[in-house]
Amino acid sequence: MAWLGILNYWIFVLLLMTGMYAIVAKGNLIKKLIGLGICQSAVFLLFISMGKVVGGTAPILDGSDRAYSSPLPQVLILTAIVVGISTMALALAVVVRIRESFGSIEEADVYGKEAEA
Amino acid sequence: MIAAHHLPVLQVVLPLVAAPLAVLCPGTRAPWVAAVLVSLAAFAIAVTLAFKVATTGAIAYELGGWPVPYGIGLHIDNFSSLMLLLITGASLAALLHGKPVIDKEVQSRPVSLFYGAWLLAVAGLAGMVVTGDAFNVFVFMEISSLATYVLIAAGPTRTAFSAVFKYIIMGSIGAMFYLIGVGLVYMMTGTLNMADMAARLHGVDDVVPVLAAAGFITVGLLLKAAIFPLHAWMPNAYAAAPSTVAVFLAACSTKVALYVLIRFDLGIFQPSLEGHDIQFSAFLMPFALVAMITGSLIAIFEKDLKRLLAFSSVAQLGYIVLGASLLTAAGMSAGILHLFNHALMKAALFLAVGSLVYRYGSAKLADLAGAGRAMPWTMAAFTVAALSLVGVPLTAGFISKWYLVLAAMEEGTFGWFLIAVILASSLLAVIYVWRVIEVAYFRPAPEGAPAVKEAPWYLLAPTWALAGLNIYFGLAANAPNGLAARAAADLLGGGA
Repeated sequence: MAWLGILNYWIFVLLLMTGMYAIVAKGNLIKKLIGLGICQSAVFLLFISMGKVVGGTAPILDGSDRAYSSPLPQVLILTAIVVGISTMALALAVVVRIRESFGSIEEADVYGKEAEA
Repeated sequence: MIAAHHLPVLQVVLPLVAAPLAVLCPGTRAPWVAAVLVSLAAFAIAVTLAFKVATTGAIAYELGGWPVPYGIGLHIDNFSSLMLLLITGASLAALLHGKPVIDKEVQSRPVSLFYGAWLLAVAGLAGMVVTGDAFNVFVFMEISSLATYVLIAAGPTRTAFSAVFKYIIMGSIGAMFYLIGVGLVYMMTGTLNMADMAARLHGVDDVVPVLAAAGFITVGLLLKAAIFPLHAWMPNAYAAAPSTVAVFLAACSTKVALYVLIRFDLGIFQPSLEGHDIQFSAFLMPFALVAMITGSLIAIFEKDLKRLLAFSSVAQLGYIVLGASLLTAAGMSAGILHLFNHALMKAALFLAVGSLVYRYGSAKLADLAGAGRAMPWTMAAFTVAALSLVGVPLTAGFISKWYLVLAAMEEGTFGWFLIAVILASSLLAVIYVWRVIEVAYFRPAPEGAPAVKEAPWYLLAPTWALAGLNIYFGLAANAPNGLAARAAADLLGGGA
């Protein structure tokens, strides 16, 4: 059952592919963004998983000899979450403007009207 | 002077801090002046750094005094100083030209927000170049990308929004792939410092995750750099963006992603990773060759001048990737030189297009009939830069293509095939450039069209300055060529 030990990484792959599917296959712009969000969460999971040591604790030196989880990936993901939120906010704002100027948030409609103009 | 020591970080901090201040400036003139002054200062810093690197070698700077690899280190060598010159120079030229164009094309009010986003884009791009930390690159990449999305969305038509949405999706996927790759490398090496990473990769037992990481990083950055076949977002984004933004994007934004790609693949992975050369050059070279042909072919059939130039960029980026994928000093050097020269010619071309759009209100070829007579100076500058694009002798474009051909010759029989593709792509470039020239000079202006005047001097001056540089670096190619050769030697000499 070696694959169970890396279950987190399988979930990472699954989430990434789910998100990618939504981005590619869905015509609704909001649904595409949801797909993007799922992908981003997958990457967060990858980073958090790699820093975890089984039985590890917070890296505070207190003289005793014990295992520590790496704090660095968590810090990185904190930053990546902020980046993800900003991207998502901006993308949603763009969708609002698309709705205002094209009257639709379906990809086919938007690019169809773009071709007319 | 204490400040001199801090120049590497000031290159990033100055535009970053100035961005919110520029937003606070009232009216349309004050924020423009602020942005120009900051760009000028940033350009001065870049020139100083370039001289320093040329005389005393690469500069290392420890952010906050924390020793590398625990803290974040900045690292400036020949290649980075060349890129800094490009970024800040392009920003300066585009802004000097851009005031009337921006006032006319950018709809958002207050317009100071636009300049704020502009400075953030400059800060992000400069940060990507100076930093020696792989995760830092991701953060700066997203700063510059987010700012760029805003700049493009400021475009005059509603197409800007749909183009930007496409760019956001593809750009975010690119950044995400890069992040996954960095994560995998971190997993195997336990470091984010690029130089440290290169050193520790030698000791890694299992190279499979690292090869996967190299794949993720390469594809992610190819997306950001709009390398064929991942260029789908670029033509629309260039066409819909305000003309001034198109100048800046065409000159440096995709090139910085390409810089990171070269730095990673050649600086870190290539010397340390077995089997990487096949993954890198055998993967990229076919794309580069196809890009050179298809980019030019599509450009021939484009009806919009901005889209035509964007597809020509797809082809020209192919030349740069081709140079890099040869994996020789000559090829790398030619690639970097073409990166520099292509920035010069595309900046000059888009500046001229900006002036045309300013007077005609359109970049459609059909609307520009007779522009050669109505705006002789602008079209003359366009022609000079276009000749450089084709690679006519005495222009900068000729020099880099010549070096690329020389580098290809080193490859033996296979090199002749590469040279044939380079020549074919250049001939196709002649065709699409000729289409523009033909419309502008030999077709009469349509009946009843309003008379168009030549662009004012403050639009002509920056355009001609850059067109002049295309000639200057075609005659005196030693400075950029030496810099490119040293940068290539740095990269292939191992280490980041």
